[in-house]
Amino acid sequence: MIAERFRYLRPKDLDEALAWLAESQGEVRVLAGGHSLLPLMKLRLAAPQTVLDVERVEALRGIRLEGDVLHIGAMTRYHELARDPLVAEYAPLLAMAARTVGDPQVRNRGTVGGSICHADPAADFPAAALAMDAEVELRSRAGKRRLPLREFLLGPLSTALAPNELLAAIHVPLRAGWGAAYEKFPHPASGYAVAGVAALINKEGGAARAVAVAVTGVGPVAYRAAATEEVLTGASLDAARIQDGASQVAEGVEVNADLFASADYRRHLAQVLAARALRAAWGSD
Amino acid sequence: MALAEEMVKIAVTVNGKRYEDTVEPRWLLAHWLRDRLGLTGTHIGCDTSQCGVCTVVLNGRAVKSCTVLAVQADGGEVLTVEGLARDGKLHPVQEAFREAHGLQCGFCTPGAQMLAYALLEENPHPTEAEIREALDGILCRCTGYQHIVRAIELAAERKEAKA
Amino acid sequence: MSTVIGQPVRRREDARLIVGRGQFTDDLKLPGMTYAVIVRSPYAHARIRRIDVSRALAMPGVLAVFTGKDLEGVLGPVPTAWIPPNADLKQTVHRALAVDEVRYAGDGVAMVVAEDRYTARDAAEAVEVEYEPLPAVVDAWAAVQEGAPLVHPDAPGNLALHWTAGSVDQKAFDEAEVVVRQRFVQQRLIPNPMEPRAAVAWYDPGTENLTVWMTSQNPHIHRFLLSGILGIPEHRLRVVAQDVGGGFGSKISCYPDEALVAHAARTLARPVKWVEDRSEHFMATTHGRDHVQEVELAGRKDGTIEALRVKIWANLGAYLSTAAPGVPTILFGLIVNGCYRIPQASTEVYGVFTHTTPVDAYRGAGRPEATYLIERMVDLFADAIGMDPVEVRRKNFVPPDAFPYTNAFGITYDSGNYPLALDKALERVDYGGFRARQAQARQEGRYLGIGFSTYVEMCGLGPSEVAGAVGFQGGLWENATVRVHPSGKIQVMTGASPHGQGEETTFAQIVAEQLGVAMDDIEVVHGDTDRVTMGWGTYGSRTLAVGGSAVAVACQRLIEKGRRIAAHMLEADADDVAFQQGRYQVQGVPGRSVSFQEVALQAHLAWNLPQGVEPGMEATANYNPSNFTFPFGTHVAIVEVDPDSGLVRLERYVAVDDCGTPINPLIIAGQVHGGVVQGVGQALWEGAVYNAEGQLLTGSFLEYAMPKARFFPPIETDSTVTPSPHNPLGVKGVGETGTIAATPAVVNAVMDALKPFNIRHLDMPLTPEKVWRAIHGKGERQ
Repeated sequence: MIAERFRYLRPKDLDEALAWLAESQGEVRVLAGGHSLLPLMKLRLAAPQTVLDVERVEALRGIRLEGDVLHIGAMTRYHELARDPLVAEYAPLLAMAARTVGDPQVRNRGTVGGSICHADPAADFPAAALAMDAEVELRSRAGKRRLPLREFLLGPLSTALAPNELLAAIHVPLRAGWGAAYEKFPHPASGYAVAGVAALINKEGGAARAVAVAVTGVGPVAYRAAATEEVLTGASLDAARIQDGASQVAEGVEVNADLFASADYRRHLAQVLAARALRAAWGSD
Repeated sequence: MALAEEMVKIAVTVNGKRYEDTVEPRWLLAHWLRDRLGLTGTHIGCDTSQCGVCTVVLNGRAVKSCTVLAVQADGGEVLTVEGLARDGKLHPVQEAFREAHGLQCGFCTPGAQMLAYALLEENPHPTEAEIREALDGILCRCTGYQHIVRAIELAAERKEAKA
Repeated sequence: MSTVIGQPVRRREDARLIVGRGQFTDDLKLPGMTYAVIVRSPYAHARIRRIDVSRALAMPGVLAVFTGKDLEGVLGPVPTAWIPPNADLKQTVHRALAVDEVRYAGDGVAMVVAEDRYTARDAAEAVEVEYEPLPAVVDAWAAVQEGAPLVHPDAPGNLALHWTAGSVDQKAFDEAEVVVRQRFVQQRLIPNPMEPRAAVAWYDPGTENLTVWMTSQNPHIHRFLLSGILGIPEHRLRVVAQDVGGGFGSKISCYPDEALVAHAARTLARPVKWVEDRSEHFMATTHGRDHVQEVELAGRKDGTIEALRVKIWANLGAYLSTAAPGVPTILFGLIVNGCYRIPQASTEVYGVFTHTTPVDAYRGAGRPEATYLIERMVDLFADAIGMDPVEVRRKNFVPPDAFPYTNAFGITYDSGNYPLALDKALERVDYGGFRARQAQARQEGRYLGIGFSTYVEMCGLGPSEVAGAVGFQGGLWENATVRVHPSGKIQVMTGASPHGQGEETTFAQIVAEQLGVAMDDIEVVHGDTDRVTMGWGTYGSRTLAVGGSAVAVACQRLIEKGRRIAAHMLEADADDVAFQQGRYQVQGVPGRSVSFQEVALQAHLAWNLPQGVEPGMEATANYNPSNFTFPFGTHVAIVEVDPDSGLVRLERYVAVDDCGTPINPLIIAGQVHGGVVQGVGQALWEGAVYNAEGQLLTGSFLEYAMPKARFFPPIETDSTVTPSPHNPLGVKGVGETGTIAATPAVVNAVMDALKPFNIRHLDMPLTPEKVWRAIHGKGERQ
């Protein structure tokens, strides 16, 4: 399979990337790790006139502490995330999810920014980032704006990214010491999440002071399970309470169905995985 | 340097040798290696980036060369199966694949070996479970994977013995 | 003495494959080479209203576009090569490119040839085809119902064939103490060798010779059939398959595609290369299995099986592929009794056309479908009478002293010792211990299960007389030439055409053993119709049993010729000269001996040969086996089912196989591992799914779940050795055993695990949702 012809642009820095994004005619697609875009192009399901390869834009790289948030460059690859010491300390949930993505070669190429901008309903990383209350930093020639990830993800393969904007980084609040778990049921063929649940618990004095649960694979796009969080926040998470919370993990969601899993089954899986993730994040396993 | 071209000049070091070429941006690294450089050891087994048969090492990490454009490799270093052996001596991974009967038809073997090579560079003593997880990155229809797993274990032992 | 046979000799083909120097078809690059892409129908059933190639032809770099109309009267139809007698087979026409109507999604409608593969792909997209979609039928059962859309007007009711074998007296069922009935769905599988199909063709207008390099399991059969399609005499046609990246049956068939490539090369007088995309493979390379089976078993409460009645609807797809009619009939229907002595048995087969990819041989071809059926029925029967499934098996085994044993269909099993393999497997898995562990686990809400498959396979295809009697349009003997050069170096030419099985090693082992020469002095040549006289190929686990036997017989001929020359050299009587470990030795006179290779040199020099002996040292054998071979064994799977998710985890797998005399245990283990993993693939993950319109929903590795390394524990292998009595090596074959045995072992294990939920049967693949729904009584997914 071979892509249609396209014009290839490789900006050397952020300014050039943003300038080209602003000026290019026709459809422009940003190429990061390429593991979502290139397969689509090869199958001719995507045929952009211009491909903007941001791999060498230094400003999109790097993981660093910026005050009370962790700044993660959009070009950060999964394998970097999986081994980064800052991530391990302040956002281990992201590393857990990154380790379950695809296979080693995919993790070597796939990027944080690419995954978030592609907004695949079954991608792992968006769920973990949502649970972390991540914000996205969007840059254009006009300036920069920040948006909570939950407002950025609009639906399947759909985001709030404007045509002339580039996702530069994500910012995540520091969650050192919080219990974290990502439970995933991978599709046996694709490795994508049939369902995946990320759980984050700030346990203090025997109670869950804060609970974040995010789900992927189940709805049109990754989402926060608000009903579950509400049931659990402030409580001591015994088995019954976890079960109660987990049972509401797909509350109000129009659940996906495909050849591998019906909506019924997928909802059930999400509940099972939520319970497992919560138990692990709470520390009862 | 910024690039904005219909045809793009690239320079890639492959198996230690520098190649300069002018390519269409849509050329896949796999096709470039095979059709332009004649390095046909890298095979292509699917078109959805699933099978891993086309795996090569790019800048030290295993990648699927069917999902990397040749232009993305510009300025980089590629190691293919043809570059594994040095000075006429097989790499321990190659020796082990032969010793442990880690291949049958041999079509996925270059990809499997490159994946194994990269795994051992990063994790010189993987457990069996770690090896099987890493093999998520390769589909083999012949071996049932068992002798590939054994080959990688054996390669790890031999690399250590040599070190 | 045995110094080479039976040793885990490391494979010699690996030397090139591990360094990336294999020569697969797509690796070939010829000067002036052009590239072809085939335009395929996206519809399962449609009328072709119009094809406009003008836009494609006008693109720079495009050399030609062929459509079905262009080929009328130029290319012959793609033939079927298996015509079972008394089956009312409908040999409908299969054109290389569709003309008026397409019959499956993937049916070729045009071929584009261009200067490079990227341009060819662009041009293929520019071919405009206007279709009028028509109703499709994809399911064999639905296709035979009244009013179903017709695939071929000359096959009423979509019936491609109706075939029966054996007989059962109705009284056996009327008067039976126990009758067990079950309907099984043998789902459709997609072979997916890692190397897709490919062909390179080159025509020399000067000599009018055409060479086709292609992904083939049987180059001589391909030459034979391509010759007919192309109208090029066989002696001007050369087919080469050097390194072939797996086949599993899918590279036996003669497809339109390779003929199209050859035709384009002839027309353009340029080399043409075509390589299948994986997406194309899913649609356009033959699929496997796909039966609906209705099975009835009559037996006694003491566990005796008295009668078996089988009726199936086999989905053959849109056209009859090369061996397709023989797979669900001969290779399935004559061995449905498995390893059991069942006095009465019958099989009735409806072969059905549908608007789907043609179905043909896939690893095991017919025998996995038979083995699954009987091994599941034995478990259901055991359940019905409350007996241990192991005991039911033991009670009905063909006993070791009954061989050669002729089953109810007239097939004679060569040799076997079924209880021996079973006992070995039981000991390894500690059956009693497992049952205790299982009971304990159930109390903890964990569901373990054990499943057995005591299989027997009919392979080593086969006696040519039988091939003829059952309508196979070819012979099943095998050719070998062993050529000793003056220097003593040996070339072995074999008509078996390996594609991963390692015959360059095992055949060299046979020759090294027989002639007593070093492995390094032997080269095995295969896969080239110009270098190998004749051959019928590699499939049906026949390579070693038939091709290897041919090599052994040729070696014996050389030894005998050499004995006369050696006797002459040693001034002894030929009867007094023994041949041992590569030397001719005058018996009783130590020191008076000469090596085989020295004799070979003298044979070539011919300075002083005994009277009546021709110069040269080469022998050819055309070995025609007197029977099939019947490998057997016991496979045991232990699984755990997670009731929360329905996920099946394979905890342990034990394979005890008897493939006769082992030649290379390392290669045998590899074949078993690969076969088992493929068999488990069918049980748990794999399955082609079409929607009602005939679109393949599992058309890539994103949806079609291939077995992965992490799904498996190490497979434990063991063996018993019961040589085949009728071939010179005593070998039986091991290429298909794993796939045949594993599927029912795993399904039986899952059903055993699900016993507490009163689930009688689930059809494959046992996906998590299916298992979960069954456990929780949710019925089938709508």
